[in-house]
Amino acid sequence: MQEPDLSVEIAGFKMKNPLMLASGILGTSIASLKKVFEAGAGAVITKSIGYKARVGYDNPTLVEVHGGYLNAIGLSNPGVKEFYDELSNSKIGDLPLVVSLFGAKPSEFKEMVSILDELNIKAYELNLSCPHVKGFGIEVGQDPKAIREIVKSTKEETKKPLFVKLSPNVSDIVKIAKVAENSGADALTIMNTIRAMSIDIETFRPILANKIGGLSGPAIKPIAVRCVYEVSRSVRIPIIGCGGITSWQDAIEFFLAGARAVQIGTAIAYEGLGVFGKIKKGIRDYLIMKEKESVRDIVGLSHGF
Amino acid sequence: MVSNRPRITKVLDVIEESSTVRSLLFKDEMCSKAKPGQFMMVWIPGVDEIPMSISIMKDDQAGLTVRKVGEASTALFNMRVGSMIGIRGPYGNGFNPIIGKVMIVGAGTGLAPLMPLLEILTNKSASIDMIVGGKTMEEFIFVNKIKEILSKTESKIVVTTEDGSHGIKGLATDAILPILREKRFDMIYTCGPELMMKKVFEMAQEFNLPVQASLERVMKCGIGICGSCCIGKYNVCKDGPVFNSSKLKEVKDEFGLFKRDHSGKRVIF
Repeated sequence: MQEPDLSVEIAGFKMKNPLMLASGILGTSIASLKKVFEAGAGAVITKSIGYKARVGYDNPTLVEVHGGYLNAIGLSNPGVKEFYDELSNSKIGDLPLVVSLFGAKPSEFKEMVSILDELNIKAYELNLSCPHVKGFGIEVGQDPKAIREIVKSTKEETKKPLFVKLSPNVSDIVKIAKVAENSGADALTIMNTIRAMSIDIETFRPILANKIGGLSGPAIKPIAVRCVYEVSRSVRIPIIGCGGITSWQDAIEFFLAGARAVQIGTAIAYEGLGVFGKIKKGIRDYLIMKEKESVRDIVGLSHGF
Repeated sequence: MVSNRPRITKVLDVIEESSTVRSLLFKDEMCSKAKPGQFMMVWIPGVDEIPMSISIMKDDQAGLTVRKVGEASTALFNMRVGSMIGIRGPYGNGFNPIIGKVMIVGAGTGLAPLMPLLEILTNKSASIDMIVGGKTMEEFIFVNKIKEILSKTESKIVVTTEDGSHGIKGLATDAILPILREKRFDMIYTCGPELMMKKVFEMAQEFNLPVQASLERVMKCGIGICGSCCIGKYNVCKDGPVFNSSKLKEVKDEFGLFKRDHSGKRVIF
């Protein structure tokens, strides 16, 4: 049997394989993103960039729990102008670079894209789903009107593909997904972390300085699979799965649920960057075993039952 | 097993190192068995969580050495016996102790991670040349302890102060050159202000000597995923904090030139 084809395309954005680095992990500089790419990622996403610089929350910003990690970094970022300055002084080259953006208003997204658009960025991911920063993220991501305005006005400013990253912290993710699709989103990233908390019993205190954070890791995987499955039944645009993927079996599950590509984040805490190569090889071997020519051939197969 | 979570422990002893520096001793099995140069994330409940070098390791106890500078370090400085702190770690790679002739260059609280290294090296090295720098005599820490440890092996200690109040007047790096001209070393270990370490590295390059330098950056997760402490393609928390000569060469566009603040913005040294 010939070598299976791992390449995928999302709204014209071609990737050599369907594994992406999830936003928020390691994406501070081009040098570190390149390292992830060299480790085997098909695309890499920066940490979320906002219009103005944010230092984020005090530490502790991260704590491990059974089945995953809680984090409340607080969207720390140097602001779009400093970020532009750093990117324009870095060699982006062939790096399949996706920039993640967050903001409170449509005008902020528009302005950020107009600053960044001349750079060799392949796509944007709009983070409309950070679970723990007031006024940004989820407060935007559960408001259909805000989503519509942000996606539409960002779309006017760029021809590059727009991915919209959604939150599971809503009563009906399918409804929100449809709003994003109808507003012009080219793909949906499903999903962001889940609001969660951990308390230290010795000191009686919530451990995270922000008290509440976002849960990532294996514990949230079945929720993400369900969200991908439900959303993929009702939208036509591609879905990028995200949430607790740590093995090739996890990745396959997302493809079967309807994801065309998947994002990996927390798994790096457990396994290091070698996890990309490991998952890639596992997907390849699985496709051979199942006699599939391409990873595209298994997307959504679970819907047949 | 969940390991990246603060282990709550009580401060067992507070040691006055200088008017602005104290060491805290506490029970922590894991950090008591760390490699020299590794660090821990120290949670000061209600205040912050900060990376601290492990400066003391004995039996089932570990210790840190803190200079009061900002809010978190001052809160740590003010801890008393019985105060509760949370410990994660040990993290990072640590120093690689070698057998041979070594030079150690430390300044200020940069001496903290060098202390456990020094103890190991006294049993291992052929000779130790130690250069200790500081601003002024009052701010000196560990000098008597260093002298005591060094007395057990073939060694030499040179002390420098910027104001000349103790030892040679000048910077630690000023004292290095004459020693390097006289004697051949197998390794130079250094920890202190980054500009000092950069100078040490440059001089070592000139003499073709290998270096291990312990770097410092803003840290949040401590486990190599958030990217706050990135330098070049490395994360100081995971790939460091100790960088050897070849890694230092790889990050030459950042080392001693800029670091990042809590937002990720580049700040010139």
